Amino acid sequence: MAEVLVEARTCPVTGLRVVKHAENLIKVNAVFAVLALLFGTIGAILIALTRWEAIHLLPTDLFYRMLTFHGMNMLVFWIVFFEGAGLVFASTIVLNARQVAPKLGYLAVILMILGFLLTNFIILTGDVNETAVMFTAYVPLKAHPLFYLGYILFAVGALIMCILFFLNVYNAKREGTYEGPVPLFTYGIAAAAVIAVFTLVHGALALGSAFLWSLGIIEVVDASLYRLLFWGFGHPAQQINLAAMVSVWYLLSYFTVGGVTPSEKVSRTAFLLYVLFINAGSAHHLLVDPGFGAPWKIFNTSYVIYMAVLASLIHCFAIPASAEIGQRKRGFNKGLFTWLIKAPWSNPAFSAFFISLVIFGFIGGASGVIMGVEQINMKLHNTLGVPGHFHGTVAAGTSLAFMGLAYYVVPLIFRREWLSKFWARIQPFLFGGGLFLMAVSMNTLGRLGIPRRVWETSALVVPYKELLQATLGIGAVVAFLGALVFILHTVLTIIFGKRVEGKPKFPEVVQVSNPDEKTSTPGTIVLAIIFFLYLAIMYTINWYWLSRVWEVR
Amino acid sequence: MREKKPVPLIQLLYDDIFLMLLLGLIVPALTYTIWGLIEIISKKVLP
Repeated sequence: MAEVLVEARTCPVTGLRVVKHAENLIKVNAVFAVLALLFGTIGAILIALTRWEAIHLLPTDLFYRMLTFHGMNMLVFWIVFFEGAGLVFASTIVLNARQVAPKLGYLAVILMILGFLLTNFIILTGDVNETAVMFTAYVPLKAHPLFYLGYILFAVGALIMCILFFLNVYNAKREGTYEGPVPLFTYGIAAAAVIAVFTLVHGALALGSAFLWSLGIIEVVDASLYRLLFWGFGHPAQQINLAAMVSVWYLLSYFTVGGVTPSEKVSRTAFLLYVLFINAGSAHHLLVDPGFGAPWKIFNTSYVIYMAVLASLIHCFAIPASAEIGQRKRGFNKGLFTWLIKAPWSNPAFSAFFISLVIFGFIGGASGVIMGVEQINMKLHNTLGVPGHFHGTVAAGTSLAFMGLAYYVVPLIFRREWLSKFWARIQPFLFGGGLFLMAVSMNTLGRLGIPRRVWETSALVVPYKELLQATLGIGAVVAFLGALVFILHTVLTIIFGKRVEGKPKFPEVVQVSNPDEKTSTPGTIVLAIIFFLYLAIMYTINWYWLSRVWEVR
Repeated sequence: MREKKPVPLIQLLYDDIFLMLLLGLIVPALTYTIWGLIEIISKKVLP
């Protein structure tokens, strides 16, 4: 077979071959990811300072416009652009392979950019009654046709990126650039891509029909059918994040402390469980929907989804264990927790990785499992506890993990030295700390009965409401500063940073000299037991609170 | 000559991401989407 000549360079740190087209696609995706993050962050602070009712910043119409703007940019554009970069990286650079059909790749990114610009344009400038429909755009709430068109263009571009990912892997296998199963990072990203295909097909069906309805081509869209199809898109879109985030955690553990999973097979099995079962989690959104019977709801949200929860619990052990293994091999072997205390906390990639792992598990993951129970969901549905849950998963979990990876992407792909070690080092603590305070406040307010997506709650008498709204607002301000530091520092570094010659100076990529040596993980076992106890206590408390809703005499 | 051992199904799924793609589309489509569609269609319309 004739060898295909491609323009490439060799990374001086990892030794991986970086193909030019792949590098370009990663760069474009990363730039627009950061731009979407900036948009979403501006929306976030405006919303938070409105929900902090002592300030109550925005008028009603602008509040709902910003809620739509924030949701779309954070839940869709920032995350999917970054994952686009991840799909290219995992299927070309990691596999030492070329980018298949690069022109199609550029077309996909152009579609995504057009969708991103169009949706944001119409949300910011359109009639508020046609554009403030929020992320869900529930039928019969009719949005402007351009809103749906932007959404669809973006989804089609993202779907092409997924198809190219599979073609890249197929081509790499055919050209023999790797042997055996794909590496664990690529396998995790493949799991994300599989979930993405299911997600985007559902998105196309839901939003495509709503688009035709908004143009008057079809007369009616069944609201129940829309919700079924939309949540086949809306929640799995966040499961793509989950699989991608877990893959990034494994990668960051390897880069920052030389960590490897205690069992490659078990970690792969956990990804497989995600692929097979996690999309059923969409049914959580329809637990109070009258259109679906109890067997459908319970089968999907209990029997099926617990297989995916099992997968998360496996990763919840394997990832900190991988960091412990790496640290112990580096000589931090004393006692239970020396490996964690002496971890490279001054490396922002490590601090971002570990903080996101902890907040995801204790706030996002635990609250998700609890509110997925049908009975408890009756109490928490559409309360502020729901955004409290996903600010623990998507914001503190996925976003912070992606920021951690960006600390390597800038010097290794953009070839620029970071301008300031100080700002890089404090940024994960600011962003993670702020979101922790915010998510805890939202979860608590939700459990006390404060609804989500409302402009004001003055008619509701709820204990500690003002205090918790203040902690929510303060947390949001701190997280906003953390996000702003990340965005400004990244943009200024790419424009003004010193060009990397040879190996970048910061952050460090750790090389472990004895990768095959067996190491036990007693510290992680203790951490896992603490997490189990916490989950059991929180689960029990939520059932107790539910039992107090209707007093039986 | 030694007899070739059959490859376990789970190993096939580790090795072949296209098989994973196929199952990853079929399983949730059956439990969530198709069953959900049947639920909606089978609801009686109010007279």
